[in-house]
Amino acid sequence: MFRIYNKIRRTGKVTEPFRIDDDQVAELGTACQKEIARYFSGSLAIRMVDAGSCNGCELEMHAVNNSFYDIERFGIHFVASPRHADLLLVTGVVSRHMQEALKRTYAATPSPKLVVAMGDCAGHGGEFGESYASCGPVSNVIPVDAIIPGCPPTPIQLMQGILQLLQKK
Amino acid sequence: MTPVVRGQVVEFKDHLAAMGIVAEELSPLAGITAQLKLQTADWGKAARVAAQQRFRWSAIWGDHQSPDIEIKALFFGTDGHLLLQTNVPEKSAELASHTPFYVAASRPERYLHDMFGVTFTDNHDSRRWGRHQAWAETDFPLLESFPVGGFPAKETPPDSGYPFEPVAGAGVYEIPVGPVHAGIIEPGHFRFQALGENILRLEERLGYVHKGIEKIAVGRDLAGLIRLAGRVSGDSTVAHSWAACQAVERALQISPPPRASALRAILAERERIANHLGDIGAICNDVGFAFAQYQMSRLRELWQRQNQQLTGHRLLMDSLCPGGVTVDLDQSSMIAMREEIVQLRTEIEELLPLLLEYPSLQDRLSDYAILSPETAEQLGAVGYVGRASQLADDLRRDAPYPPYHELKIKVPVFSTGDLTKRLRVRGEEILISLDLLVKLLRAIPSGPLVTSFSLPNHEIEGIGLVEGWRGETLAYLRLDEQGRVVRYFPRDPSWLTWQALELMLDGVIVPDFPVCNKSVNGSYAGHDL
Ligand code: SF4
Repeated sequence: MFRIYNKIRRTGKVTEPFRIDDDQVAELGTACQKEIARYFSGSLAIRMVDAGSCNGCELEMHAVNNSFYDIERFGIHFVASPRHADLLLVTGVVSRHMQEALKRTYAATPSPKLVVAMGDCAGHGGEFGESYASCGPVSNVIPVDAIIPGCPPTPIQLMQGILQLLQKK
Repeated sequence: MTPVVRGQVVEFKDHLAAMGIVAEELSPLAGITAQLKLQTADWGKAARVAAQQRFRWSAIWGDHQSPDIEIKALFFGTDGHLLLQTNVPEKSAELASHTPFYVAASRPERYLHDMFGVTFTDNHDSRRWGRHQAWAETDFPLLESFPVGGFPAKETPPDSGYPFEPVAGAGVYEIPVGPVHAGIIEPGHFRFQALGENILRLEERLGYVHKGIEKIAVGRDLAGLIRLAGRVSGDSTVAHSWAACQAVERALQISPPPRASALRAILAERERIANHLGDIGAICNDVGFAFAQYQMSRLRELWQRQNQQLTGHRLLMDSLCPGGVTVDLDQSSMIAMREEIVQLRTEIEELLPLLLEYPSLQDRLSDYAILSPETAEQLGAVGYVGRASQLADDLRRDAPYPPYHELKIKVPVFSTGDLTKRLRVRGEEILISLDLLVKLLRAIPSGPLVTSFSLPNHEIEGIGLVEGWRGETLAYLRLDEQGRVVRYFPRDPSWLTWQALELMLDGVIVPDFPVCNKSVNGSYAGHDL
């Protein structure tokens, strides 16, 4: 037990302020937080849906929860059910085998709701496009409020994308 | 149980002859030890002989060359890979199944049926596997005549009529889970039959993220193929693109320059380490030990940032190309990498014992969710799943390709097959990979990054086989005279481990399923294609 506490103490705090880039030192997270306070009573609940991704986008979605980004400190958290969600974060092209599941998830999310297409696949079809097996980008299946480009988007790009959408609202 | 002693692939033809089976010996594809062509009628019997030799069943795939469909199946013996092939007419495509001798063949055969219309006569399970409702039962997407756009309905209905095997009994109830799960995870369906908290049976239903990768590969040029291969499974982008590049290079009879091979191995070991770090954290997190999750995800993030520095991509995507690599290491990044290796080693050497000795964690992981060595062998389990259950296959050591043929590869093996062992294999593999990285950096050859090549004016085929972080990763490739893809088949190692998850749940309770799932961590994308 002591070794664990000791390790925690020595690791210290690694969480970073968000910087959009070097000359524009904006605290992205804090900006998000303000918008979230305005529209969502301080907390934005995200339900993710992998509609046909390669799993690359999911890895970066995990990363925003690590101690460096710790997205939860800005009131953004991932929830288990669409019924608890304000925002659907969708990755991948929509495979035809996931079409109905995505539509039902969308229907189960209470209004007002936002949909963000994360990554080039979800946004424009990416490497997989439309085919006998794929409906193509998310907007072919449910209405999309914002697209975050990248393959996959980095954790910072993901944060930025969510903020831009909130500011646009 | 003593470790598996397999027969020799080179002697297989004689073993067949002893059973009265005449096989035509083909000159094997590069990287394969022996390749035999069989009469259609001998297909099932050959699998019996292979099973007697205790060969590991590895893969099966089809290739439509009208009016025939060519079927190839891959096995692994002590001296490397055996490739069997036969032809069935497209009009009455029927073949004996390998499932009476190899459980692992069942789902791949069902998938092959859904894609090509080949019926495997004595596979007791004739249910669809890859197909849900996106195409008709009478359509087969990988036949040449099937258009890539298919004939989709505007709305594809869910596959709600899929016949799960029922379990009956007083108090038995069913829990359907997915395709949309509760966490940040890929989609798939799990059907549990439970009694109280105990799982009586789990049946997996995959195929939700089938994107038609094999079909959309057709007609691509080599650059397009490698981009696609790098996205078969995002966490295995190096493994799949290496396998595909190797298939191209072997087909063209070229080899990448020594520096490129070394860099590929550096990338592959980096990928292995990143994923193992993530998995160790996630396994612990699934039993509520958040400390490990925070530590491991911190280390993983640092590692990914270094990936970004070295290659411009946090997941290492698009770092390989046919003939070589697209990235290089300069002096300063090699120094940075050496420092990073020392640092990670120190942290892992501190953290691993801490996890393995921590009683409340071990209480949850030890002697639980056991995959017995016998079951593992029947499934031909690969990677860390196999190694935790005494199956020590590792292509880097057992069927080596440059640069591993010059390196000594240690493979950690355990025999009890429980959750802790699947965690320990990962931990030890991180340390072994760190050693390999040090060696690779020390001896990195100078020279060009790409071997240039010209395309021959005829059709060529090749096979790539590399040890990805999940295990044996395969790419089969046939190119036309302009170098365009006619057939690309990537076989993710997950095909050989997903079933293990179903068979390790004896005595496991429903709330512990996520940690079992994490310990296997099959790729949905890599499996569904
Ligand atoms: S955008 Fe890239 S990383 Fe994301 S799912 Fe598509 S291929 Fe994978």
